[in-house]
Amino acid sequence: MKRWLAKLTCLLLLAAAVPLAAQDLASYEKQVSVKTLPNGLTVVLWRRPEAPVFSFFTMVDAGSAQDPRNETGLAHMMEHMAFKGTPDIGTTDYAAEKPALQKVEQTYAAYEAERIKRVGQDPQKLAQLKKAWEDAMAEAHKYVVPNEFGRVVESHGGVGVNAFTDYDETAYMYSLPSNQIELWAALECDRMMHPVMRDFYKERSVVMEERRMRTDSRPTGRLVEQFLGTAFMANPYHRPTIGYASDLQSFSATDAAEFFKRYYVPSNMVIGLVGDLNPDEVLPIIERYFGQLSNTPKPVELFTDEPPQNSVREVKLQDPAQPFYIEGYHRPSYLAPDDAVYDAISDILSNGRTSRLYRSLVRDQQIAAFAAGYSGIPGNKYSHLFAFYAVPIPGHTTDELQKAFQVEIGKLKTQDVTDDELQMFKTRSKADLIRGLASNEGLAEQLAIYQTRYGDWRELFRYLDRVDKVTKADIRRVSNQVFQDTNRTIGVIQTQTASNKPPAPAAKGAE
Amino acid sequence: MRAIPARFVPALFCFVLLLTALSAAQIKPWDQIQAPPLPAFTPPEPVRVQLSNGMVIFLQADHELPLISATARIRGGSIYEPASRAGLASLYGEVWRTGGTKTKTGDQMDDFLEARAAKIETDDQSDSTSISLDCLKGDFDAVFVMFLDLLHNPEFRADKLELAKEQMYTGISRRNDNVDSIVHRENLIIAYGKDNPYARVAEYATVATVTRQDLLNWHQQYVYPNNVIFGITGDFDPKAMEAKLRQAFESWQKGPDAKRPDIKFAEPKPGLYLVRKTDVNQSSINMLDLGIERSNPDYFAVSVMNEVFGGGFSSRLFNNLRSGKGLAYSVGGGVGSGWNHPGITDIEMQTKSGSTVEGIQGLDGEIDGLLKNAATPEELKRAKDNILNSFIFQFDTPEKVLHEKMSYEFYHYPLDFLERYRTEVEKVTADDVARVAKKYVHKDRLAVLVVGNDEEFGKPLSTLGPVQNVDITIPPPPASLMQQGPGGP
Repeated sequence: MKRWLAKLTCLLLLAAAVPLAAQDLASYEKQVSVKTLPNGLTVVLWRRPEAPVFSFFTMVDAGSAQDPRNETGLAHMMEHMAFKGTPDIGTTDYAAEKPALQKVEQTYAAYEAERIKRVGQDPQKLAQLKKAWEDAMAEAHKYVVPNEFGRVVESHGGVGVNAFTDYDETAYMYSLPSNQIELWAALECDRMMHPVMRDFYKERSVVMEERRMRTDSRPTGRLVEQFLGTAFMANPYHRPTIGYASDLQSFSATDAAEFFKRYYVPSNMVIGLVGDLNPDEVLPIIERYFGQLSNTPKPVELFTDEPPQNSVREVKLQDPAQPFYIEGYHRPSYLAPDDAVYDAISDILSNGRTSRLYRSLVRDQQIAAFAAGYSGIPGNKYSHLFAFYAVPIPGHTTDELQKAFQVEIGKLKTQDVTDDELQMFKTRSKADLIRGLASNEGLAEQLAIYQTRYGDWRELFRYLDRVDKVTKADIRRVSNQVFQDTNRTIGVIQTQTASNKPPAPAAKGAE
Repeated sequence: MRAIPARFVPALFCFVLLLTALSAAQIKPWDQIQAPPLPAFTPPEPVRVQLSNGMVIFLQADHELPLISATARIRGGSIYEPASRAGLASLYGEVWRTGGTKTKTGDQMDDFLEARAAKIETDDQSDSTSISLDCLKGDFDAVFVMFLDLLHNPEFRADKLELAKEQMYTGISRRNDNVDSIVHRENLIIAYGKDNPYARVAEYATVATVTRQDLLNWHQQYVYPNNVIFGITGDFDPKAMEAKLRQAFESWQKGPDAKRPDIKFAEPKPGLYLVRKTDVNQSSINMLDLGIERSNPDYFAVSVMNEVFGGGFSSRLFNNLRSGKGLAYSVGGGVGSGWNHPGITDIEMQTKSGSTVEGIQGLDGEIDGLLKNAATPEELKRAKDNILNSFIFQFDTPEKVLHEKMSYEFYHYPLDFLERYRTEVEKVTADDVARVAKKYVHKDRLAVLVVGNDEEFGKPLSTLGPVQNVDITIPPPPASLMQQGPGGP
């Protein structure tokens, strides 16, 4: 859920990150250099010499939507492995470690083949194979210098060392003093070229713990996993980014390496760099280092489009937690011509104390402590959901919330929004873009995302033109198209009373 | 004649260039890269002004973007509220803004501000409340007039107080749904004691007693210039802005100084505490003790020790329990520090139910290791490098510098504390780290809080010692509230 909310915030920024006037774009363009290397890697560099520091954002255009079947969680697993080092970092002796890691894979494959036998599994053989695998891991571990990558970055002044995986992309980021640009190029290029799958199975256990924390042990985490699994059938958004427990206990380092080989290619990556960086000095360094990445074509997009829903769907989670309500409607991807119209709808419904949902559900009816409606659930690269969600006040039910949402949706369909509401959306969009320019980290992220998603970072500013064109009629038209009962999936947490049986134990990791 | 030298000279020139380019164009392994020195950088210092009525103002011009933001931090927060009215400061921090001014309702303010993409907000913390603004610079004058109106003439309208109470009741009813919120609350209670104002919990009954008059009284009691630190940053001319602020605040009458309550801190009672939560498959473990104050001369050595032990990607806890054993996604901790009261020492991890005991023993082992060998020479160097090489990120934006200075002013620290911090960290030795580890980390004094599903622990917690069950049942609302019907909690 935290990830999901963080993603929401990020999308909010995006949605609001609307273009400024043309003269602003012209002035900002002078600060930006874009370079696409012969191997296809694109770098967008914004020179911002306020202080001798810089931030970067490496965006790989592959997320959990690209997880192979039966290997949910693999994109996220690969993100964790990108911190494990390379042949040059994180090892005492790579020449000896390499065959030891190969042995780990061989013994794991043998163990796994026996483990997944449905009929005729031999427990004794299984135990022997498991021991052989564990021994191989212990042998390989002898060469590991743990977290050397993180240590090198942090001891050279790196802060905010992190990464995330969501449905649409995987991203890596941190900030350094600007004199460390060459070290950064060497380290970042090295891990995007030769990641070593060391301590893979221990890290898989770490990810399993992450799943327990984010999904199994959180009421909204439990609900959202079920809700998305119900709203989507064909589109990979129906599977959790963190991965299902059984997949997390079966995929291998070999699987992760294959994922890496396919998706971590320069033509599938964009790097945003912002800070005290002189492009005349920095771009040659980047060309020199990142030019080593092999020229592999961008992976073919494999994607199943969600068929029309044509049904009412509902998930009711019986849970000890307090009630929660969400309902989602399928909408097209961010590339839809009406994308800015959806942003207008979410702004008018959800942004601040003047928003319709706050004024109606929270202030006037006093049935909700919080209510909002946003796009981007759970991603926005593909067709996804515009979802309404709310937390009821004690003594009020999720049915009341559902009815109240229907009333607000009905208004959008039958009456024009006011001039003031539409103008507020346009004004706030512009101001939010300006505010978004204030931090190196945020700007690096936006440059990389816009360059990847639109093929041109300038869309970050030009988007304002699309916002300016949104009309009241657009909002009515889109609301009528999308907010249909048979396009809706409902998710509810129904609180179990004390007299009810306790819930089944949450999924246990059979490690 | 001419042709030869003419050709020769450029050729030689090219050759030299090529050589230079070649040497610069090398791809070096990461450990052979020599970084050039970091350019000298002096962070912009805010201007400090103290008015005759005691109000302190910091001005930090920043012309990069056409924005202005400002915050007034006012002494007096939740630790100042009476125990019987726990939640008062929180209600004040909300209703100050939503309740509007004598001449404008909060809703009218919302309409005015949102049309300009501007914000005026109020908030509360443990030792202060705040009122802030954020706007495009062209709207500053109009927004500032409204800011002053809310500062001087708040109305705390009753309907907004009721709305805020509903929100708090919702929070109370949900406070045991998520592990994080249980841990946050119970950590404070165990480390500080349940009657310590820093650990106080708002209940239905205490929230219900708060009246509009309480909010008016609070404002009357604390909001005076001599209790205020005001900071402003953005695209303005500092001289003109200073004149504007002087004009706005000079005539504001002094009032009584906010008197900080005298709070006693006692060490937590050591032992094992269990909060039973049956709908989780992961335990949250927190080992707790009182920490130190930041004004303690040992603060710098403690910072280095924390970096070695539980800070960042290459700390012992991360290396050994996460990467080495795969026991946790979330693991870390160290000796905590507060500005003017002891922080909380918290060594924590989250691990699957079945490895709860193993997790506690793992943390125990790391504490033993810390006491035996606090930092190897390599660890000491790494920790100091981490802190010192990233030091520039403490002041790389004018806004960060402004907020640092406001904190120093608020807590009566020297305004060059940040610079002192760097100097003092540079001096920290391995002996210092070993000394502070022994002084502030005591295994036998730790209170160990476990939130988890004990039916799935496998090895019971009691194998480690006597376990005290913590009851987190939410006290029901008083009868007077229940009679309000739907809408009440």
